[in-house]
Amino acid sequence: MTQNAPNRGPHTGRRGLLLGGGGLLLATLWPVKGLRADAGMLVEDSTAPFAPNAYIRITPDNRITLILPNIEMGQGIYTSSVMLIAEELGVDLNQIEMEAAPPGGGAEITGGSMSIMTEWKPLREAGAAARTVLVQAAAKRWNAKPESCTVESGTIRHLSGLRLTFGAVASDAAKLPLPKEPQLKSAAQYRLIGKPQHRLDSVVKVEGRAVFGIDVQIPGQKIGTVAASPVIGGTLKDFNRDAAMAVPGVVAVLVTDAKDAVCVVGDHYWAAHKGLMALHPEWNEGENAKVTTQTVYDQLHDGLKGPAIVPTSKGDAPAIIAKSHAHYSAVYQQPLLAHSTMEPINCTAHVRPDGCDVWTGTQVADRARDTAAEITGLPKEKIAVHSQYIGGGFGRRLEHEYITQCVQFAKQVPYPLKIVWSREEDITRDRYRPAYVDEVTAGLDEKGHVTAMTHRVVGPAVVARWDPPELTKEGYDEDLSVGTLITPYNYPAYRLEFARREAPGVITAWWRGVGGTRGLFVVEGFIDELAGRAGVDPVAYRREMVKDNPRALAVLDRVAKEAGWNTPLPQGRARGVALQFAFGSYMATVAEIEMPENNVVIIHRVTAAVDCGQVVNPDQVISQIEGGLIFGFSAALYSEITLKDGWVEQKNFNTWRVMRMNEAPRRIDVHLMESSEDPGGIGEVGTAAAAPALANAMAAAQGHRYRTLPLLSPRNLEKEAAK
Amino acid sequence: MLTLRVNGQTHTVDVEPDTPLLWVLRDVLGLNGTKFGCGIAQCGVCTVHLDNRPVRACVLPVGEIGNRAVTTIEALDEADPVVHAVKKAWIDLDVVQCGYCQPGQIMAAVGLIRSTPNPSDEQIDSAMSGNMCRCGTYMRIRKAIHQAAGDVA
Amino acid sequence: MSRFSHARALLTGSGLATLALLSSLNTARADSAVLARGEYLARASDCEACHTAPGGVPFAGGRAFNVPGMGVLYSSNITPDPKHGIGKWTDEEFTRSVREGISPGWKHLYPAMPYPAYARMSPAEVKDLRAWLATVPKSANTPPANRLRFPFSIRAIMIGWNLLNGPRSSYPDDPSKSAEWNRGRTLVEGPGHCADCHSPRTLTSGLSTSRAFAGNTINGLRAYNITPDRTSGIGGWTDEALAQYLATGHADGHGTASADMAEVITYSLRHLTPGDIRAMVTYLRDLKPVASDDAPAPSRVIVSNNGTVPQNTRGGRLFVSACAGCHLADGSGRQTPYANIAGARSLSANDGHNLIRIIMDGSSLTTRDGSTHAMPGFAGGGYSRKDLTDITSFVMTHFTEATPSEAALNKAMDAK
Repeated sequence: MTQNAPNRGPHTGRRGLLLGGGGLLLATLWPVKGLRADAGMLVEDSTAPFAPNAYIRITPDNRITLILPNIEMGQGIYTSSVMLIAEELGVDLNQIEMEAAPPGGGAEITGGSMSIMTEWKPLREAGAAARTVLVQAAAKRWNAKPESCTVESGTIRHLSGLRLTFGAVASDAAKLPLPKEPQLKSAAQYRLIGKPQHRLDSVVKVEGRAVFGIDVQIPGQKIGTVAASPVIGGTLKDFNRDAAMAVPGVVAVLVTDAKDAVCVVGDHYWAAHKGLMALHPEWNEGENAKVTTQTVYDQLHDGLKGPAIVPTSKGDAPAIIAKSHAHYSAVYQQPLLAHSTMEPINCTAHVRPDGCDVWTGTQVADRARDTAAEITGLPKEKIAVHSQYIGGGFGRRLEHEYITQCVQFAKQVPYPLKIVWSREEDITRDRYRPAYVDEVTAGLDEKGHVTAMTHRVVGPAVVARWDPPELTKEGYDEDLSVGTLITPYNYPAYRLEFARREAPGVITAWWRGVGGTRGLFVVEGFIDELAGRAGVDPVAYRREMVKDNPRALAVLDRVAKEAGWNTPLPQGRARGVALQFAFGSYMATVAEIEMPENNVVIIHRVTAAVDCGQVVNPDQVISQIEGGLIFGFSAALYSEITLKDGWVEQKNFNTWRVMRMNEAPRRIDVHLMESSEDPGGIGEVGTAAAAPALANAMAAAQGHRYRTLPLLSPRNLEKEAAK
Repeated sequence: MLTLRVNGQTHTVDVEPDTPLLWVLRDVLGLNGTKFGCGIAQCGVCTVHLDNRPVRACVLPVGEIGNRAVTTIEALDEADPVVHAVKKAWIDLDVVQCGYCQPGQIMAAVGLIRSTPNPSDEQIDSAMSGNMCRCGTYMRIRKAIHQAAGDVA
Repeated sequence: MSRFSHARALLTGSGLATLALLSSLNTARADSAVLARGEYLARASDCEACHTAPGGVPFAGGRAFNVPGMGVLYSSNITPDPKHGIGKWTDEEFTRSVREGISPGWKHLYPAMPYPAYARMSPAEVKDLRAWLATVPKSANTPPANRLRFPFSIRAIMIGWNLLNGPRSSYPDDPSKSAEWNRGRTLVEGPGHCADCHSPRTLTSGLSTSRAFAGNTINGLRAYNITPDRTSGIGGWTDEALAQYLATGHADGHGTASADMAEVITYSLRHLTPGDIRAMVTYLRDLKPVASDDAPAPSRVIVSNNGTVPQNTRGGRLFVSACAGCHLADGSGRQTPYANIAGARSLSANDGHNLIRIIMDGSSLTTRDGSTHAMPGFAGGGYSRKDLTDITSFVMTHFTEATPSEAALNKAMDAK
């Protein structure tokens, strides 16, 4: 709520861990003697209370390998992490090889757009520290001063023209103490940072050689596919094992300890799939078979009344509202959402008496290791988690229940077992973005400006399940602050309320944009409504509200200029704006749409101005904004998970609709602001901007507003038809 | 036992004829560049070429393929000017994000440019909208196809 | 299996088990030729399609039949399970049930069960069928109770119905016709019970004889005119196309069997011999041509213009994203000829009824080699009613000269 509020939000938990993890890179030399000679130098933080999780490895043959915990799931983090190290180390991107770090000190969590935010300083310092000792080692060999040496492309040069590669001095360097505060380059000296670099993972992905979790091939592996209870809490009642085993290629039928899932294993997926069809599992569905979508929404609307937690307030907002010239309230509703990453959920595990290997795409490698240890009874150090490329994360792979499930099945068989969920399983047994209902009330002065704001959020506290210690004492989930408390605006008085309602019959989870995605739809829609009531242009109304917040004002002015906000539109078109501060980045977005019929939306053009601090890899920031917007538009227009008798009704892409190329915006222009502030997150900001910008444009086009997502839901359209 | 021609080689595989080509490629022949996404031809990540035309391998029973030639992403011939131009454009424009759908996108794009050497936006949308991308790389795909088509021409 | 049945019969012992023993002994004696004949008849009679719930155990019943004006009927469990299925029935009870519509306890069956047609099978044939049916895996499935309106909830009302419309008996071959024709008549009128879907019903829900095979609306779908009428029936089909369609579910230029007809192919016709398919064609060709008012609109010739569909309509945009993955932009089918929709009757029917139902609910066809070609349904999620009517209208107008109406399509969406 205050200007430039630190981005605490949902990620305090995840980021707190990451900060610890990122700190590992401020390092001393690797202490294992044997390694010093053979493996050259490893950079590690001996002062950290937990095991290291990221390394720079330079071997005498001049191979430079970065072993990083962050998992590439599309956001380009390999490339930008590498750029940070390479910049200070003094190597070219094409000289670097990459490895995924094994799980270490509880830090391997990739999510919440935090990678660059947390790595910005430690990775550069690691690179600089390594460069410093390499230069010192070379200087020593030449009997020269380090200051007389320069570094370029992995080579140290002396003024005299002498040259040594990093590899040649790596072993010597490993014996030197690391500088406590290595000298970092100034922004003007950057060769890589801020300049567009091609993604390092493009070629393998374009050639189809990138190994995703689902592609893992372990000799002797069998492939299983799974049916878990379609109703949360249900257990297996009956199934036809004989029929499944009779399918050619089927080798086993496995059941979890809790009898909540069954896996048919075959020589290949199709055999397993046919086996599962023949198995005809029947379920004791239990209590949750009563749950329907309406149960969930009713419970949320019920939470608008009665007691609530007040995590923060400023002044006596209700009193000010009561005394204000006018006041205005609106209720917004948002649905359950599936992740539906393109790569369906999968995991491969090989459980042996003396160890266990797990191959999977995960954003939480340490949790993967821990769950495998728990299920197998093996010590953690006997568990090896092999992280693979992730075919889309979006928060889904912050969950690890599929790893738990896989190890439960795999421990029953002697061979490596790969489980692959059908798309139907992937969508119906997802852990969903929660449904929420929000009520916002503003007190208004004579000019229609906000005197005070109250905002009640009704919904689950995802963090309570995902990372319980992060739930505040009062029972608040700070994720909900993004877009509600943390905004570019500065209200004179404010009161945030949270009425916790855990949805029955589903498990809720993080989803791209987390609190920002849900909060911004509400707040930016509401601000638009207030502007409309005041009879003020939505950009002008927001300008007034952020006049003391220069970064917010700058992105807003920039987007208005680039989108031609004040220029006339072609007949039938309308624009909507949204302004945000989330994940440490500022962004303003304008969507230009056309609604040729009352439920047809064509998104012609989206313009965004982004201030995410110092940009590491500009074109990848743009790419993330483009993709994030499309991800958000897709959900805003079409997506709603519904339940009937406890079963999820959407099963595959025929009923769970995803935006296609011919529905995507014809044009997205992303303008990056020059900034030397520390980098903000970027992977989620586009998604968070999408729904409010689009909903505001649709409201402008139609003359009335949908406060319920998805925008093209039957519920909205019927309301439309009734007019 | 069925005989299949995949990437210029003849394979004899012991699967039921109703097995979709996708699973023979991935789980029997170990060609994992072709991805599984939906199993109902809605997402296009399993796109391969059958006699040079893009098809969805997830719903193509191997028993119906006969002598027709299957080409997967692994065997797209770099010497082919269209293939070369498409891959180059994809890398130049940094199209990929998570990359999971991209083998299918590339197979579809190569098929499109072969049949329509200089496709319009409308033709690109028409040929490519069956290939989903959850990361939202659509605009770059469209741009890359234009660039590749221009390079070939 | 025979040994198992025998052992079971012995175990049950006592006089009470006499019936079971008899039945089991019958089965025990059934030789492979009997079982083969029985299976062929069971396939030809399409038992499995109706007696299997969607996604359920084969023959275990529970499929719902919405009979307009009457209510909802559920098919019964006909697996050999003694308690939930028909394991305890004698052959005689089974035969009476199949040929006369009277189950044990004088329970009159509703004519969703086509016993009037099955009556054309001889008692010996039905006994063979039963012998095979006794070999399918047992299921303890209990189908839901019928939900019928008064007076249909009273089974005895069927006694009166049977007097009007009731069971025919097997009848002798017509010596003036070829053996092939006679075989065709047996299959079409008997086990195949084609008229049950394709003939309109009379006021008392009997099958119309005057307009036999001239088309009917059943189960929420249009069963088209299959008389040799040139415009509204199958007069324009070649023998080869017709035979191919019946045997495989697809004929180029006529599209692919969908929905309920796809089930007939899947569970029944694909199992028939080429000779029997030819016989059915011969007989159908010789039916009295009857014109109906649902003649199809002419098809358009789609030039395969580099696979491009105009993107200036919503329907066109939705078609390339949701449909062209299988059907291709020109409708010729991408990975399989089964996805070739050119000339399909459902595209050219002006009311668009079947087309939109199939787009909503999907369809699944299993071919001769056991491969299943399925189209997913698009209702129930991200596609709105308008999306679905727009796709349907696009498909109809793009591929044919049909003139869809929004109102008719909306009506079809609500049918069932």
